[in-house]
Amino acid sequence: MSKTITKNNKKETISNKSEFKTKLMRINMGPQHPSTHGVLRLVVDLEGEVVAAVKPQIGYLHTGFEKTMENRSYMQNVTYPNRMDYTASFSHDLAYVLSAEKLMDAVVPIRAQRVRVLLTELNRIASHLIYFATGLLDMGALTLYFYTMREREDILDLFEMIAGARMNYGYFRIGGLAYDVPEGFEEKLRAFISKFPKMMQQYADLFAKNDIFLARSKGIGVLSQEIALDYAMTGPSLRATGVGLDFRKAAPYSGYEDYDFNVPTATAGDVYSRFMVRFEEMGESLKIVEQALNRLEPGPIKDPSRHISLPPRDELASSMEAVIFHFKLVTEGFHPAKAESYVATESARGELGYFLVSDGGSMPYRVKVRVPSLINLQALESACKGGLFADLVMTLASFDPILGDIDK
Amino acid sequence: MSVLDIAKGMGVTLGHLFKKPVTVLYPEEKVDIKPRFRGRHHLLKHPDSDLEKCIGCSLCAAACPAYAIYVEAEENDPNDPTSAGERYAKIYEINMLRCIFCGLCEEACPTGAIVLGHEFELADFRYQDFIYGKDELMVGVKGSKWQRREAAKKNKEVNIGVKSVPRKELEGVNYD
Ligand code: SF4
Ligand code: SF4
Repeated sequence: MSKTITKNNKKETISNKSEFKTKLMRINMGPQHPSTHGVLRLVVDLEGEVVAAVKPQIGYLHTGFEKTMENRSYMQNVTYPNRMDYTASFSHDLAYVLSAEKLMDAVVPIRAQRVRVLLTELNRIASHLIYFATGLLDMGALTLYFYTMREREDILDLFEMIAGARMNYGYFRIGGLAYDVPEGFEEKLRAFISKFPKMMQQYADLFAKNDIFLARSKGIGVLSQEIALDYAMTGPSLRATGVGLDFRKAAPYSGYEDYDFNVPTATAGDVYSRFMVRFEEMGESLKIVEQALNRLEPGPIKDPSRHISLPPRDELASSMEAVIFHFKLVTEGFHPAKAESYVATESARGELGYFLVSDGGSMPYRVKVRVPSLINLQALESACKGGLFADLVMTLASFDPILGDIDK
Repeated sequence: MSVLDIAKGMGVTLGHLFKKPVTVLYPEEKVDIKPRFRGRHHLLKHPDSDLEKCIGCSLCAAACPAYAIYVEAEENDPNDPTSAGERYAKIYEINMLRCIFCGLCEEACPTGAIVLGHEFELADFRYQDFIYGKDELMVGVKGSKWQRREAAKKNKEVNIGVKSVPRKELEGVNYD
């Protein structure tokens, strides 16, 4: 029996001569294995070094977020979405508030929209930085890890300044933002914007033309466009196969239609393309951040409706009506009409949306999250079958799965 | 195979050899805490009258998504009031194991009595030591329960490395 594998764009044939006859061997990779990027268990069938089948087993990080959210008011729920995808928390926050705002017909002030876009794009950069750090670490490239983490630290400092936490921000509110942008934020962000392209050049010097990187990524884990579409893949992993689907362009939300940016694509569908699409995306995100910052004008940051936003603090001391609205909103929350809502957004990993069903009560009747990591992971077997076991690790890393996002 | 590309990569690495490290040697050194950072709570008092701001209305408990707060209110003694309102919190407890430090309690509190602060080292050994009562939360009390136990053992001041102050973020609230 012989097996053909693709390596370095060349077809190689591994023949199992009779003296090397191998049995199918089943190996468990994970759940406690650093290269599975979380508590993911892969059941791998191996024929010698060649992968015959991969079955991802999920559920080790099941947290019951959807059920929890069905037992909290819409207002309390702003604290939960960011805990699912802990590397791109703002994307989840944004997807949830957009869907809830659609239920409530909330009007989000333009300043709040700009800040939301700015933060979500910064978070996309931070998320891709982790992707490069851990992805190349799987390949043995430790150096890049420290450099990308250094810039991620700068972004997290900015987040701590504006939202009060380094992860799990909970900064968006239904109808706007929790509080306004602090003093000194703009200067710090401008410093970051001017510095980051130089840093990106450093990363590129380190890995983009490195022979080891090229050998381990080009022609590895190839996924055809057809299969990617069949599995309903979205995000950078789909764009690496040549489909330019990006919900920021296809169905703009939160004012994305006003920004000038490109959607990077590649055609090879291998590990290398998936890395490079994300690398270019960081540059595009930086462009959006800069545009959003330049267009940031003073103005309100919350929907003025007393049925959605808490009344301003200074009114509580003087107006009985404000106190009544405040008590009512905090204890009970608001009651959207009986309806369903879904807004597709583009997270760092693909299509992300919250499907909310309202039965007219103050808590959602059903919450279903369409998470990109879970759906993209399904294509793992197609990408790895017939390849070498060592390439399985790289292929998995190039899909950018986040287990909190998968198991929710 | 190109030597030039490898050399480029090595150049980046060598360039960093002579730069100042960006790492912080925690716990000996502490990172800067930003003014908005959400850490352990403080219960505030009116500075001039020394009366508690909390009126025991339980709104913070209602707003908490993690059900971490327990409040039991009682009428003030008119001759010797504890709080500035009609009622005060006889029991006020926050379970720091449940708390997710979201700050919704702070937003909900109508009197600005409960405010998150900058202390974040809350580790301890037993479950019951994570339940912070009024004594532990009252403004002016510094450090986690464990830090205070350790300091008492050594007869020293509590040293936590960060300022033990409530964050002043919510607009329109007078924290002084
Ligand atoms: S910070 Fe959030 S979780 Fe903690 S007590 Fe306040 S409302 Fe509850
Ligand atoms: S802390 Fe504030 S919200 Fe909580 S019981 Fe006291 S007054 Fe009410």
